[in-house]
Amino acid sequence: MKAEFKKSLLAALWFMFLTFPITVVRVNTIERTVAWRWERLIWIGAATFILSFIWRRLLHRKQTGRREVSAGEVRPPSRWKQMAADPRLKGLALSAAALCFLVIPLLFSWNKTILVTNALIYVVIALGLNIVVGLAGQLVLGYVAFFAVGAYSYALLNYHFAVGFWAALPMGAALAAAFGLLLGFPVLRLRGDYLAIVTLGFGEIIRIVLENWNALSFGPSGIDNIPPPGFFGLALTLRQTHIAIYYLMVALTLLTILVVHRLQHSRIGRSWEALREDETAAQAMGIDTTGAKLSAFALGACWAGMAGVVFAAKQKFINPGNFTIWESILVLCIVVLGGMGSIAGVVLAALVLVILPEALRVFADYRWLLFGALLVLMMVFRPGGLVNARRRAYAFEPSAPEKSERP
Amino acid sequence: MNWDYLLSLFMGGLTRGSIYALIALGYTMVYGIITLINFAHGEIYMIGAFTALIAIGVLTLAGWNGTAILLIAAVAAVVYAAAYGWTLERIAYRPLRHAPRLSALISAIGMSLFLQNYVRMAQTANFLPFPNLIPEFAFLKPVAHIVRSSELVIYAVTALVMLLLTLLVRFTRMGKAMRATAQDRDMAMLSGVDVDRVISLTFVIGSAIAATGGVLIASHIGQINFYIGFLAGIKAFVAAVLGGIGSLPGAVLGGLVLGWTESFFTGYVSSDYEDVFAFLFLVGILIFRPSGLLGRKQMEKV
Repeated sequence: MKAEFKKSLLAALWFMFLTFPITVVRVNTIERTVAWRWERLIWIGAATFILSFIWRRLLHRKQTGRREVSAGEVRPPSRWKQMAADPRLKGLALSAAALCFLVIPLLFSWNKTILVTNALIYVVIALGLNIVVGLAGQLVLGYVAFFAVGAYSYALLNYHFAVGFWAALPMGAALAAAFGLLLGFPVLRLRGDYLAIVTLGFGEIIRIVLENWNALSFGPSGIDNIPPPGFFGLALTLRQTHIAIYYLMVALTLLTILVVHRLQHSRIGRSWEALREDETAAQAMGIDTTGAKLSAFALGACWAGMAGVVFAAKQKFINPGNFTIWESILVLCIVVLGGMGSIAGVVLAALVLVILPEALRVFADYRWLLFGALLVLMMVFRPGGLVNARRRAYAFEPSAPEKSERP
Repeated sequence: MNWDYLLSLFMGGLTRGSIYALIALGYTMVYGIITLINFAHGEIYMIGAFTALIAIGVLTLAGWNGTAILLIAAVAAVVYAAAYGWTLERIAYRPLRHAPRLSALISAIGMSLFLQNYVRMAQTANFLPFPNLIPEFAFLKPVAHIVRSSELVIYAVTALVMLLLTLLVRFTRMGKAMRATAQDRDMAMLSGVDVDRVISLTFVIGSAIAATGGVLIASHIGQINFYIGFLAGIKAFVAAVLGGIGSLPGAVLGGLVLGWTESFFTGYVSSDYEDVFAFLFLVGILIFRPSGLLGRKQMEKV
């Protein structure tokens, strides 16, 4: 206990030293004054002291936990897991959730409905990225580029050729998928780290081109007056349009969930998972890794493209500032928090990470700081995400010995 | 042909290239030893520059002046950057030493995001002016439009750092341990190398070098903000890959080549697409020469 205390004390002192210049001292070069904010140092010391206890505790638990598993001990599934496995309860929960989403526009104000629409857009994008990162294990950082492709394809097609929303939706998806392939070909041979940086570069390239190529994209001023989708030729007010877009988004989300779920358990989904676990082994087992990667890029990108079309229609105005690297990182946070490969987890995480900063303004200021910490903590303590992706498993039940008919 | 313009582009490229080289050294050292791209490396560079700025501010208001401030600020920056680098490794990478690569990479991205926003919240999101403390050398007066004295200092420091680092890696016990760890971590451990210590030290050295670069370029350009580490980090990574990741001379060569090509590209073609150019350059290298200019070809181990 005494040793633990000493360790925490040391950690606290170390962090007080570490954060001293940047958090405490604030030099104002214009007024030529220095603000010393000593009270912050005390907070940091106290927080580190407590956090380091928790940190070591969790690290210890993680290590001992791993040992138990490796010893072959089988822990009985917890009550939560048993409940989650029950198909009746699962169906009930899903229909309750669906009902919740259907009544949101009736219960909440217009603004809140728009907020949930936003969150649903992120759900769709994150499910798309989940295909690439969560299932196929290819860390793509510039994913927002596909979102931008979708949004700009609707805006530009509409501006030049008066293409309607419903025609643009599949076109946006197809264009984004094409860009996914375009990115996929050169990076086929790259793994992990290189892939992350190259795709990050790809995202930035798209944004910089949109900002500078005025003849194509109208530059930083963006595109205005993008028409909302038409619904059966009805004349809707602005408010009704937003509610209609909300329901459209709910439908699109359901479609995404359905398709991604079916894909995950299909032949191609399994080959993605094999690719994620070990590329060399997957190749040795006869999986076409090139095809698996390209299809993951294309199928992942097309959802972002569709979400982009809806986003453009909802915002009515887009410019390159909507598609920065931060959006990519937010989506990555969603996938990581939700658990890579887990659909339910990703949906929940998207709702939490998008709605929470809007609901609590205090949280909004610290949001990126917390997201950064979240990524590190999740990787250190729960790399599987909050909701662990369960793989379809076939249980092997040994038959009872007296029934064995072995001669 | 305007020779002065060409020459100034050449010198500007050398300046950029030297800074890329200083940051790229950290990337390449860490990659050589634990095959991880330390995404937060650019942030360490930024933190070094901020620490220096804060030290300069406090000392100036306390009535100091001249080169003494610069030296103290540079030392503070190097010490703090090294401390941050060490802590970063302890928190974000050491617990993940045996985890899949993807986890370590995501953790690194998280750390980069965290450090950026930590500085943004604790200091400011605006650009801050960074005083130029390097005196203008009298003998440079006639060529002032081509090369400034701060650039001359950058070249000299880069060369010195490169020399010291080479000596360290070639001739000291620690350098030997580092080379051994880079070659085969398990075997090094069996031969009695304290691998954890070597890795920590690698982060410390890499961070200190990055901070040196941070202070020099901040004082040359004259302003900093919390976001400078991001792009510089990526460019330096491109430099490290170009030179052959894992190779120290490669990092410097890659930095210089990238600096020059970028400088000439912006000078003669277009400055709007400067960053696009760096990324396309990276894609090009990775496709046509993934092992870089000086790197060895690596076999895929199973």
